[in-house]
Amino acid sequence: MSNQDFPLIFEESQESRTGFSLPELDVPETDVDEMIGGTYVRRNEPDLPEVSELQIMRHYTALSKRNHGVDSGFYPLGSCTMKYNPKMNEDVARLTGFSHIHPYQPVETVQGALHLMYDLQESLAAITGMDTVTLQPAAGAHGEWTGLMMIRAYHESNGDFNRTKVIVPDSAHGTNPASATVAGFEAVTVKSDERGLVDLEDLKRVVDEHTAALMLTNPNTLGLFEEDIEEMANIVHEAGGKLYYDGANLNAILGYARPGDMGFDVVHLNLHKTFTGPHGGGGPGSGPVGVTAEFAEYLPKPILTKENGLYVFDNNRPNSIGRVKPYYGNFGINVRAYTYIRTMGPEGLKKVSEYAVINANYMMRRLQEEFDLPFDRHCKHEFILSGKRQKKLGVRTLDMAKRLLDFGYHPPTIYFPINVEEALMVEPTETESKETLDGFIDRLIQIANEAKENPELVQEAPHTTIVSRMDETQAARKPVLRYTKSE
Amino acid sequence: MEFRYLPMTETDKKEMLQRVGVEHSDELFSDIPEGVRFKGELDIKAPKNEYQLMKELTDLAGKNVNLKSHTSFLGAGVYDHYIPSIVDHVISRSEFYTAYTPYQPEISQGELQAIFEFQTMICELTGMDVANSSMYDGGTALAEAVNLSAGQTKKKKVLVSKSIHPESLDVIRSYVKGPGVEVVEIDHKHGVTDLDHLAEELDEDTASVVVQYPNFFGRIEPLDQIRSIVDTEKKAMMITSSNPLSLGYLTPPGEFGADIVVGDAQVFGIPAQYGGPHCGYFATTKKLMRKVPGRLVGQTVDEEGRRGFVLTLQAREQHIRRDKATSNICSNQALNALAASVAMTSLGKQGLKKMAKMNIQKTAYMKKQLKAAGFEIDFEGPFFNEIVVKLERNVSEVNQKLLDKGFIGGYDLGQVDENLKKSMLLAVTEIRTKDEIDAFVKEMGDIHV
Repeated sequence: MSNQDFPLIFEESQESRTGFSLPELDVPETDVDEMIGGTYVRRNEPDLPEVSELQIMRHYTALSKRNHGVDSGFYPLGSCTMKYNPKMNEDVARLTGFSHIHPYQPVETVQGALHLMYDLQESLAAITGMDTVTLQPAAGAHGEWTGLMMIRAYHESNGDFNRTKVIVPDSAHGTNPASATVAGFEAVTVKSDERGLVDLEDLKRVVDEHTAALMLTNPNTLGLFEEDIEEMANIVHEAGGKLYYDGANLNAILGYARPGDMGFDVVHLNLHKTFTGPHGGGGPGSGPVGVTAEFAEYLPKPILTKENGLYVFDNNRPNSIGRVKPYYGNFGINVRAYTYIRTMGPEGLKKVSEYAVINANYMMRRLQEEFDLPFDRHCKHEFILSGKRQKKLGVRTLDMAKRLLDFGYHPPTIYFPINVEEALMVEPTETESKETLDGFIDRLIQIANEAKENPELVQEAPHTTIVSRMDETQAARKPVLRYTKSE
Repeated sequence: MEFRYLPMTETDKKEMLQRVGVEHSDELFSDIPEGVRFKGELDIKAPKNEYQLMKELTDLAGKNVNLKSHTSFLGAGVYDHYIPSIVDHVISRSEFYTAYTPYQPEISQGELQAIFEFQTMICELTGMDVANSSMYDGGTALAEAVNLSAGQTKKKKVLVSKSIHPESLDVIRSYVKGPGVEVVEIDHKHGVTDLDHLAEELDEDTASVVVQYPNFFGRIEPLDQIRSIVDTEKKAMMITSSNPLSLGYLTPPGEFGADIVVGDAQVFGIPAQYGGPHCGYFATTKKLMRKVPGRLVGQTVDEEGRRGFVLTLQAREQHIRRDKATSNICSNQALNALAASVAMTSLGKQGLKKMAKMNIQKTAYMKKQLKAAGFEIDFEGPFFNEIVVKLERNVSEVNQKLLDKGFIGGYDLGQVDENLKKSMLLAVTEIRTKDEIDAFVKEMGDIHV
């Protein structure tokens, strides 16, 4: 540690200092070591920090100041839907009757929680146009895998064991092909055309009797609505495949279109995106899955149902894909999403998408003069710019992203989707004001000008952050993944 | 109706649509084909104002019996522990909870350093070299470990002890279907893994042996003997799932040569919240470092030589490697890992050991009192904070009577094992008092009579 390094909590530790308040031992002491047996009594104590409560609070407060969240400033990270996280949701999730209940309590004692879960399932089914919803998956990728396992079970129960391929567009999020592999499929890529949409001819080429499913986000990761969706659904369905909807971009179409009506068979949602679950620095999320009636028998166990006015779990599901997670999903995140849906109602949710789409189109049109716009058409909730023009001046998209840090903005998603050169993917969300958008746009235009007039300023950015660019090569070549006390 | 999360005014809207060059926002949705356009109103409840919705949801929460309204001896993987107040204050700092995965290290040093500290603490507890930034939960972490072992050893059989959490076993069964791994269940004998059965099943096709330490019945598995058996097959790995609190007092699996150690850090500062979100952890050896699922934070320096942290070894991950990634995990449980870090820091070296030991002592007291009251304890032997008591009535019936007296009773083992009908799994943590234990035992005795 050098003088200018920010200390680790371990470096603040002093032997015998304490930060806890445990109950007294009020039962007669027993010889624990004898009961456990010598081999199993720990000799090398884990070296946890020894600090007082104020030291802990100061440490983490200082760390929080070294972090940027939605509450700190604009966070237009494309495909992540970094919208405002309502404070009321946090209060509801912390109500004792929701936060301190045990998953193995008799169902009669948790009817309030089950009512909420049931109602949330129904709401999500209505929003997506699906017949049944499970709240079990812990996050989006977990939902993808769950959905694909159901598609696999469906084909296998039809005696169809040759459907080994899952088709994903070249613009797809990396979790799609990864989930396909984890579910035991082979991922096959379908190309996008010059419109930025799935190339129908290429789709016809890759779809065959081995196709288990097509995974699609709609609008896609370029922020464009797949307007040929009906024909795509036909192509896949006629070949015996199924349609999987990745709900990452649902924020664009609430109340305007539903995956169920587009022909999708299985849908996952990211409650931490569209439905305001906080992103938490990388989770926890929640990834419910909705299906059409023909898939209901394959849903993961258990199923929440209502019997004679009582909410109960049904474990007797012989065709289920099994359990995907212990207990009943990320309940705490589901409570937040439910609170949000109840706050907005049908009218509010439709406005969410309307405003998210207006915001994105407004930004796109204001920025299109300074940056390349690979797909010049109305976008949905997000859009893609390319930094090709700036690259010719020696300024890369990465540099521009770093320069944005100097102005207190989290940059857009960069270098994704991978089918667009020097991509910048901007998703403003509906919770940002026009003033915020204008401020960001002005700065980005300023940066484009700097790229022309003073490229070093951008290339060497950031200039105002607490640390400068990190040596990522060293981090990967000589991995230091934990603190070790220097002797 | 007003919507407080939506700042767009009619004037804003008009100006913006004009800039976009459309008259009405509907034109921006004109690419949605007529045939799939949703025409009606979503069939969900009408919006409610903040006060009324809060009242409704508070009433709904109030309908649930909870771990604060009743005295609970229910565990079975989810535990009611001391949660320092400071934990919630830290994780309520919105710079943490409203951030996403720290892709931009210059403005995410707080989160990155917090994860680096979490990784270090998990390594310390488990005795392993490397830990990741968290998994969804202990069950899915275990299933990922199983698949990792099959991929690494190129073998397609895993031996899983039936003394692990039954729902973790179920999750493993689901996860192995993708890569096509066979799960062989190993019986338990007197509440711990049957070593003879294990030795019998272990062969050259075995990728790994999976045990839980302490196991689902609270018993301490003989990891040294299990390791010796595993060692008879050169390539086979030993995977353990461990309650990390217990490792404050028990010799860590790392010291017994575990290859992968996973578990759930819910015991550190994370409320039960009906089973999730909790916080899986994943720790392993240096050898397997590049096979670890999920995010890893590494230390490095910036251009001025200052210490800093970044997401590293990302070539393992889905956003780089796509279909060749070691796992599809993306979002994990970062905020809960932060909660666990704060709780572990609060406890510190001394508090952790003290708390772990107190769990054993209070459980020992419960066991003694139950025996004194005439109850038979099943699976005698070294335990951590859970024991199995045999009843003469159905567990659900006893639990109903206990509930009327203000207790949440134990887990009904008959649900998962025919041979354990009328056996109740009880957990006693440090927050249960002698008076509560005495009252519970008395009540149990009264019900039994």
